[in-house]
Amino acid sequence: MDILIASLLTIITAATPLVYASIGEMITEKSGVLNLGVEGMMLLGAVCGFATVHFTGSEALAIGAGMAAGAGLSFIFAILVLGFQSSQVATGLALTIFGIGLSALLGQELVGIAYDGLPKLAIPLLSEIPVLGPLLFNHDILVYGSIVLVVFVVWFLNHTRSGLILRAVGNSHDAAHAIGYPVLRIRFLAILFGGAMSGLAGAYLSLAYSPLWIENMSAGRGWIALALVVFATWRPWRVMIGAYLFGGITILQLHMQAQGVGVPSQVMSMLPYIATIVVLVLISRDRSKIKLNAPACIGKPFHPTS
Amino acid sequence: MTKSFPGVLANEKVNLTVQQGEVHALLGENGAGKSTLVKMIYGILRADSGEIRWQGNVVDIHSPAFARSLGIAMVFQHFSLFDSLTVFENIVLGMDVRDTSNLRDEIGEISTRYGLPLDPDRHVYTLSVGERQRIEIIRCLLQHPKLLVMDEPTSVLTPQEVEKLFETLQRLSSEGMSILYISHKLDEIKALCQRATILRGGKVVDCVDIESETASSLATKMMGEELAASSPKQPNTHGELRLEVNDLNLDAEDEFGIPLRHIQLQAKAGEILGIAGVAGNGQDELLSAISGESVSGDNASVVINGLESGKLGPNQRRMLGLASIPEERLGHGAVPGMTLESNGFLTAFRRLGLLSHGFIQSRASRDFAKTVIDRFDVKANGEQATASSLSGGNLQKFIVGREISQNPELLVVSQPTWGVDAGAAQTIHEALRDLATNGTAVVVISQDTDELMKISDRLGAICGGVVSPFYPTSSLGIEQVGLLMAGASIDASVSGDAHVV
Amino acid sequence: MRQFQEMPMLFKLIKRPEPSKSMVFLSPVIALILTLLSGVILFQLLGVDPMEALYAFFIEPLTSRYGWGELGVKATPLILIAVALSIGFRAGVWNIGAEGQLTLGAICGGGIALLFYDVEAFWVLPLMIVAGIAGGMLWAGIPALLRTRFNANEILTSLMLTYVATLLLSLLVHGPWRDPDGFNFPESRIFNDAATLPVILEGTRLHMGWIFALALVVGAWVLMSRTIIGFQVKVVGEAPAAARYAGFSVNKVIWLALMLSGGAAGLAGLVEVSGPIGQLLPTISPGYGFTAIIVAFVGRLHPVGVLFAGLLLALSYLGGESAQISMNLPLAVTGVFQGLLLFFLLASDVLIQYQLVRRSSPSAVTQ
Repeated sequence: MDILIASLLTIITAATPLVYASIGEMITEKSGVLNLGVEGMMLLGAVCGFATVHFTGSEALAIGAGMAAGAGLSFIFAILVLGFQSSQVATGLALTIFGIGLSALLGQELVGIAYDGLPKLAIPLLSEIPVLGPLLFNHDILVYGSIVLVVFVVWFLNHTRSGLILRAVGNSHDAAHAIGYPVLRIRFLAILFGGAMSGLAGAYLSLAYSPLWIENMSAGRGWIALALVVFATWRPWRVMIGAYLFGGITILQLHMQAQGVGVPSQVMSMLPYIATIVVLVLISRDRSKIKLNAPACIGKPFHPTS
Repeated sequence: MTKSFPGVLANEKVNLTVQQGEVHALLGENGAGKSTLVKMIYGILRADSGEIRWQGNVVDIHSPAFARSLGIAMVFQHFSLFDSLTVFENIVLGMDVRDTSNLRDEIGEISTRYGLPLDPDRHVYTLSVGERQRIEIIRCLLQHPKLLVMDEPTSVLTPQEVEKLFETLQRLSSEGMSILYISHKLDEIKALCQRATILRGGKVVDCVDIESETASSLATKMMGEELAASSPKQPNTHGELRLEVNDLNLDAEDEFGIPLRHIQLQAKAGEILGIAGVAGNGQDELLSAISGESVSGDNASVVINGLESGKLGPNQRRMLGLASIPEERLGHGAVPGMTLESNGFLTAFRRLGLLSHGFIQSRASRDFAKTVIDRFDVKANGEQATASSLSGGNLQKFIVGREISQNPELLVVSQPTWGVDAGAAQTIHEALRDLATNGTAVVVISQDTDELMKISDRLGAICGGVVSPFYPTSSLGIEQVGLLMAGASIDASVSGDAHVV
Repeated sequence: MRQFQEMPMLFKLIKRPEPSKSMVFLSPVIALILTLLSGVILFQLLGVDPMEALYAFFIEPLTSRYGWGELGVKATPLILIAVALSIGFRAGVWNIGAEGQLTLGAICGGGIALLFYDVEAFWVLPLMIVAGIAGGMLWAGIPALLRTRFNANEILTSLMLTYVATLLLSLLVHGPWRDPDGFNFPESRIFNDAATLPVILEGTRLHMGWIFALALVVGAWVLMSRTIIGFQVKVVGEAPAAARYAGFSVNKVIWLALMLSGGAAGLAGLVEVSGPIGQLLPTISPGYGFTAIIVAFVGRLHPVGVLFAGLLLALSYLGGESAQISMNLPLAVTGVFQGLLLFFLLASDVLIQYQLVRRSSPSAVTQ
């Protein structure tokens, strides 16, 4: 029983960074911008978060630093894509390459340093409930935060005027511009939000999931987050379900490696990546479903001339 | 007011006055500067110089929101709607008020009062063009504007829908609202407006009372010269069958497309066959089904020059003598960033043998592009100019010229003169006419009913992916074409019990 | 105008009537200068003398014959991959999994070398080359199939397959292909001479792969500028609807782009393991597959441009190694430089389509 609870708990920690990164990317994409730099922003968030907690000892500052790092990198992206009209695909790739390089440079002194990890916040009384208590009410702050984030985003998109405007800008920037909405400013904010969430996801990796810094420690999670957005057809609840599904696969293969099921560990490690491909294929094969749900302006540049 | 863009003076010292409660026409050819002027009034563009007075006071309309706060509302030519959102959400987005609690009731009230029925919870992509326009109008009316600007509102409507729109507008004007009505259609302006300001080449030519003008005197002012009398139609000795479409069915590619159902049509050598219809009723789908861009499962559904070719691709059909011209010029008929030389090669390489063992014969391609440019008087910076650098009219002349210069036996063209200036339109019409006279079968798909009445020999319409029977153009009145465009049968209308949907 | 309220800037961008041809060539130069300037700042921050560091990075590697040979060695895989990637990018096919295709090329080509370890025959090397290309094509064929059949985004699938390929290589060298006399290190046997690419410049490691790279540059140039295939690629990339109208198959172009880039990446992988490396290791590339994306853009997606850009980015790898040895600078500086170069390039590329015009005073409205 304890083993089961323990593995369910690790699924939650594996899923949490994916929730943050893909919810952030989903908001960016809702505004009509595709940012392929999630992996780079996550890595920078991870190294900045870890460095901050190492040098200051403050978890709050570390979380803030992770978000700021991601947002900072996405700021460059926003300037290039919105201001300089550069290709979103190329700029996103540049962001990832730059993020990998910069995080490795910043983190070279941090390799091999240990840290205890974010403290668990047990909710009084509720966490005492057998089974459910430890499963649901004894987590670090960012796990609770990820749930709050999803609830907030659902409410924001469907029940606020700002959310409606965000969706409208992604659906037709020309129409939004004609009515008088500041398309570029809205996209700018959406990109920064996406960047901050990616940075936070990275910080979660280095502060909680495996509390240390290794080069390239995100290991493709940024790209998996991008795939999750497609998988979820741009809906927040499905993003969350997808993230937990992938958390589950990641942990499952780790456990199977540990149990030594007779399959080489490398084959098990391939599972999350292969699962991503399978999932992507299953969702994308229905073209009209993608077309109906995807923000229509995604990837298209906007230059307000008239 | 003056406004210039790189290379063009779009508005030069333009004056315009609109009185309360009047329907004022802004009249001019495509490219005369009408849209630029209204965009400045609505705060989308800013003038280089000049001023706007609103109820006597000088105002600086710096944004659409400010224009709305003054009481100016605008219905755009290309609707500013969001396909994937609902009608209600679209209306909310166009409003500056944040309180939306009573909005539903207000929408209901306005739509009944002005005869604009709409279901607020439907998604926009499921609506017809006429219904979409209603959203725009309701969105404007909810703000109780003092001035309503309408930019070419009827270009996408059937004649019957136009009539309904006019009733609404007259009702509004009788309640004291001013309407600025932009159009180049003279009969509409005669029917609706009290005064007209006429623009030509960015300048005001005249401001007139409609009462004291005739359609032809207005046309003269708009065009700058007497309309060249359209050449009388040659009686056509219709030759052999060039195109036969037999019970063509084609499913839509996605929810946004229109499925084609039981299409039946024939085009003979020497005739121009016209297909009318309101935008978005399957015109694009029909064109690609004939051109080979969409392939049908039934080989017999399209017969070109006697050969079953429903399963053939575009180039195989070209070799059978077909040429086609899609509606969208940039990105479909031509590649925007490529030179005219490459764009000439694009469709002509097979028929004119511009290819040798897979290698491009650049000398021959260049000569071909030059020939087209000369023959059709395309104003461009040589054959190395990129397609996107040409004006709409010149690019269309190039595309039409490219296809005609390949001596097709069958030409299918969609919207040949859409957004093109009067001169280019005339050139294109003459070229199509000449082509038919020389024995080519020409199929023209167009939303411009006037154009079809002018150039086609036989006329039908497409509605909801279904094509009507065809009738000799001379036997049809505009009213009957309208019925065809609305999907009604006009064989019944003779007995007077037609039901218009 | 709206953008004034949206983004207060001193200058505004005005679209040029025709794209500027000179900016196409000037833009990479501007980007390089800006990258070097940021390099000065970066080195200052790292606490080293910028001039000394820039010398170690960009001049020192080229002070010997051996150094020039190394430049060719590093440039070979970059050029091979980037030339083919450029063709794909022209067609709007975003294969960013070249690193994985490179790995598969190395696995398949290297597998042949190990299979015929005891055979010293002239046909081993050609067979390895064919296998390497086939391996890369196979790996790129998966995204091609998934994109054309199931509409799945090739960016994500090709990238996921990179991770799978790396794990596959790791599996092989840790397991069945491990050198039996290798003290349990995760390495294959060292290929015999018949399975090794001949060196073409004495006193250096420059090998036959360089010839392949040059041949590919010439071949791609002819393909793209003179043939109907190149024309199709360009039309599909720029206007898919026009491509359909002209009777070109978008799916065929997707396959072509991925087969070419997969094959070229596979060849690059084979060239690496049978050239400078000489065996299979768990890691065989310092990210050539990703850097090649930068090479493609800096080279303006043109084969000749890619040739020069490949040499430039190869220099950044050499420089990184030389600065690590002589000044103890971290190797990661290379990645930062490469990323910066691409950022600046993308930013200066705006000047190809737009002109920078000083903004006139907004008071003109009420003259």
